[in-house]
Amino acid sequence: MTMPTSPKDIIAWRVAKELKCGEVVNLGIGIPTLVSNYITPEMNITFQSENGFVGMGALAKPGEEIPDLTNAGGQWVTLLPGAAFFDTAMSFAIIRGGHIDVTVLGALEVDERGYLANYWIPGKGGPGIGGGMDLVVGAKRVIVAMEHVRKDGEPKIVTRCSMPITAKRMVDLIVTDIAVIRPTNEGLVLREVAPGVTTDEVLSKTGACLIVPDDVGEMVA
Amino acid sequence: MSKVKTIQEAMEFVKDGMTVMLPGFLGVGTPEALIDAICERKTGNLTVIYNDGAFPGVGIGKLIRHGLVRKMISTHTGTNPELVKAIAEGRVEIELLPQGTLVERIRAAGAGLGGILTPTGVGTSVEERKTIMELDGATYLLELPLRADVALLYAFKGDTQGNLVYRRTARNFNPIMATAADFVIAEVEHLVDVGEIEPEHVMTPGIFVDIVVRGCN
Repeated sequence: MTMPTSPKDIIAWRVAKELKCGEVVNLGIGIPTLVSNYITPEMNITFQSENGFVGMGALAKPGEEIPDLTNAGGQWVTLLPGAAFFDTAMSFAIIRGGHIDVTVLGALEVDERGYLANYWIPGKGGPGIGGGMDLVVGAKRVIVAMEHVRKDGEPKIVTRCSMPITAKRMVDLIVTDIAVIRPTNEGLVLREVAPGVTTDEVLSKTGACLIVPDDVGEMVA
Repeated sequence: MSKVKTIQEAMEFVKDGMTVMLPGFLGVGTPEALIDAICERKTGNLTVIYNDGAFPGVGIGKLIRHGLVRKMISTHTGTNPELVKAIAEGRVEIELLPQGTLVERIRAAGAGLGGILTPTGVGTSVEERKTIMELDGATYLLELPLRADVALLYAFKGDTQGNLVYRRTARNFNPIMATAADFVIAEVEHLVDVGEIEPEHVMTPGIFVDIVVRGCN
């Protein structure tokens, strides 16, 4: 698929390339939900939705909503053949028990340790924890999908999270609209930049130390 | 013997100051008729155990709007600005916990367990004031059982003995909450005679249910 142009779609498009054939995937609310737009049937991805099913299909068309069938963001969705419903205990046995191959989550901040913060803004409150902590603890791979900077231009990738962290787990990959960054024990490593974006631009928009190897690539299809 | 009662009769068992379990996920799987009845009677000062904040005026959002909730035990509030505001202004107390922990605490209460050990929340604000345990090289939080005075369920189909069948994503917390309250009221969309639900298809056995009411969804 050709590369989209809007920042959120660039993130979703790049994350989709990370998913491997046959994986069980949980997508968080917001940008992560867009990842499903870039998945082909041939990839045979099974989407799990924390409110209680696997086999989630596309969003339902207006006027074709199916009663009692929503995703974890409360949107009306459809089912694919082979879908299955279950209760919340089973849903979190799947999530916490290591049966999710990849979870894609948004974040308020990610830091040099690879820890993410996504549930509470001191002094402001919400959004809340939801299934986020269980997903970060239990999924085999955690991918953060977020815009590189906040709406006010301040960096979201920082030395240490100023907000409460979601889990003491190093996430596996950070995908933003301008860069792909891999947390390691040595620190955050820049892996790719978006077309037309320079390494210096990424560094100037990042509030943490970035390791820049010689082989930084470009995000491509 | 039939457990079917009117909503008014059922409301005699929901009193001011009670801890109330309400199933649902962003309003899906929540007993709207029972919630409407609570709002009408203005049964207040409630502690509500519910997954999220739902939406303004939807599901438990109605209880928030009517000022009937003193405390929420919940995983997420962000979808309901009225709840966020009530928490910020100190009108509603919030106990925030991970969703997988919430459901397992309820399951533990219903299953007669003394608690559960979960890795979720270790090293975060969730671990404050909790017992932390090391077992086989892994770290867990001890999370204690969570019970309620009353659970209000929502089922797509139920028989007169309280056997219940849920539909699609409306199942969520319903089967778990059915096990963990002193008194259980089920609002059913379709009420059928005993024997009409295949035993294989029953999702919550009627032994857990004290009262069945017809919903009006």
